[in-house]
Amino acid sequence: MSTVVETHDHGHHGPAKGLSRWLFTTNHKDIGTLYLWFSFIMLFTGGAMAMVIRAELFQPGLQIVQPEFFNQMTTNHGLIMVFGVIMPAFVGLANWMLPIQIGAPDMALPRLNNLSFWLLPMAFGILISTLFMPEGGPNFGWTFYAPLSTTYAPSTVNFFIFSVHVMGVSSILGSINIITTIFNMRAPGMTLMKMPLFVWSWLITAYLLIAVMPVLAGVVTMMLMDINFGTSFFNAAGGGDPVLFQHVFWFFGHPEVYIMILPAFGVVSHIIETFSRKPIFGYESMVYAMASIAILSFVVWAHHMFTVGMPLAGELFFMYSTMLIAIPTGVKVFNWVATMFRGSITFETPMLFSIAFVALFTIGGFSGLMLAIVPADFQYHDTYFVVAHFHYVLVPGALFGIIAATYYWLPKWTGNMYDETLGKLHFWLTFISVNITFFPMHFVGLAGMPRRYPDYALQFADFNAIISVGAFMFGLTQLLFLFIVIKTIRGGKQASPEVWEGAGELGLEWTLSSPAPYHSFSIPPQVK
Amino acid sequence: METKSTLRNLVGIVVGMFAFGWLLVPMYDVFCEITGLNGKVTGPSFLSEESKAITEQRELLVQFMTHNNESMPWFFDSEKSQMRVLTGNQYEATFVFHNTTSKEMVGQVIPSVSPGRGAEYFHKTECFCFEQQVLAAGERIELPVRFIIDPALPKEIGSLSLGYTLFDITDRVKSENKLANL
Repeated sequence: MSTVVETHDHGHHGPAKGLSRWLFTTNHKDIGTLYLWFSFIMLFTGGAMAMVIRAELFQPGLQIVQPEFFNQMTTNHGLIMVFGVIMPAFVGLANWMLPIQIGAPDMALPRLNNLSFWLLPMAFGILISTLFMPEGGPNFGWTFYAPLSTTYAPSTVNFFIFSVHVMGVSSILGSINIITTIFNMRAPGMTLMKMPLFVWSWLITAYLLIAVMPVLAGVVTMMLMDINFGTSFFNAAGGGDPVLFQHVFWFFGHPEVYIMILPAFGVVSHIIETFSRKPIFGYESMVYAMASIAILSFVVWAHHMFTVGMPLAGELFFMYSTMLIAIPTGVKVFNWVATMFRGSITFETPMLFSIAFVALFTIGGFSGLMLAIVPADFQYHDTYFVVAHFHYVLVPGALFGIIAATYYWLPKWTGNMYDETLGKLHFWLTFISVNITFFPMHFVGLAGMPRRYPDYALQFADFNAIISVGAFMFGLTQLLFLFIVIKTIRGGKQASPEVWEGAGELGLEWTLSSPAPYHSFSIPPQVK
Repeated sequence: METKSTLRNLVGIVVGMFAFGWLLVPMYDVFCEITGLNGKVTGPSFLSEESKAITEQRELLVQFMTHNNESMPWFFDSEKSQMRVLTGNQYEATFVFHNTTSKEMVGQVIPSVSPGRGAEYFHKTECFCFEQQVLAAGERIELPVRFIIDPALPKEIGSLSLGYTLFDITDRVKSENKLANL
């Protein structure tokens, strides 16, 4: 009898062997791993482009690259970091963690999951291939404003449009999968308000994605038609309006920036409660704050375009609605601080990155508030102050969230503890270099240095040299991160199932063995 | 089964938002028309009865600006750069078009009034805008614009500028004619 049971027991077979395991996998952990490695490779690709930019800006004048190539570098650096690093990394974390955080055996639509991953290498293969074409790649900035991206674009813009379509489809499919999983696959007893905050953050993010990615698809389709089929959506000669492009783009673009930060909020909430050894302060307010941020993100888009010429009423509306976002964001920051308050804190690497996240993200938030002030924005618009602002929220914000999550869950993924000494070294080098890189950008920006130029006025030379040195330091330090991750995969101290002291009570993922088995929660756990 | 209905709803949202993205285009036009955003001149070419009832006139400055879009080679300018006008009266301004090239070309002018809030008070009773101008090689023409400034113009607007941008639509017209002759 028992032999019969065993031959029919498909629940415990391991992964397939060789390349086909990765090509045809429907396992959420495999796909999560694929996403994370893809994002890691893209981090170094986009990072290399940042190094080219900083090398050119090390001194005033043109030394290393021509302006045409410099423009391609800034454009592709932005596109790759936004769509190829931050977003796939969070989708990878979602794939790995959502099912085991809600006690589900896998994602709701595993084959769709495979498709949404494999669309990504295709999309970025197309995008990066344009750099090797005679006319060069997209060179109109990651925001691809018309008419720069239509009338004056290189013909490779068509590849860019197709690539954006493909990555959009990938994101939409991934989000549909995530929402379906969260709604239908939770373990019995796990009500919505008992879900881990990372799951909540992703539920909200996925809704933002399916709401705005189709708008992005629409706007690039309009571009395609303007370029190839003689329409005039953004061409004033035919009755269109280039400003319309900016409105439609930022209607997508502003929710997009919260898509990149909300999952980091979820990650940081888990890490801070784990290492403060206290449950998160104000769980419900955290959920409502994220939901408010998401809803508000749809009515603030025009703060990116105060200088295009808007009626006073419009400028005031978008100024106040933007400032309103500081309230739910402030609630989150205070809740994190309150969680740490009187906790028995230890400073392992994920916690260090999370504390740095809270502090530095707040700096980025404050410069955002400065930019929200209409009269001030007229001075700051398109200067390095803006560059400083969004790098503060995206690098020590979103990227620190991803790095912290990697250290936090790496023992669960690999079964091995990472090297704590190297981890701390990585943190301090990263923390110092990120500030050397991005803090002086505030100064040169306030002094009037415009963004996106390969050259600058002489008075900005000293700060730019400092920024470049910081950037090279930051770039090299991430090789150390790669080394630590590979070292942990290859071996290390065996991690216990709960990994972190007391984490066993904080989430279902810590009840699994380390590494998490290939198939987990085939029988749903009971959540009290 | 639950999965299927969730899926159906989510695909519905995706399709709906894609449609909404396209809907933003006409919505933007309507929005601009209502608010006078972008200085789109949308007011009727006549004064309303209420405006006619306003007998009080005031003086203000109307300035003319002309631009050539991109590489449009024509000479295009107004005869006077500005006029002092009284609200409620009709005035005429003359604009010069000169095709300086050696081939026939088609041009079109698109107007814009600044400040945008004043656009709806700028009534043009006759205008060459929104009409295609076909000029033979070297041809020079003068075209008038007749306009009335609405007496209901808000007090805080002391001057209005009428900007004209001239576009080269030769290729566009040619390809349209080709299509028509098919």
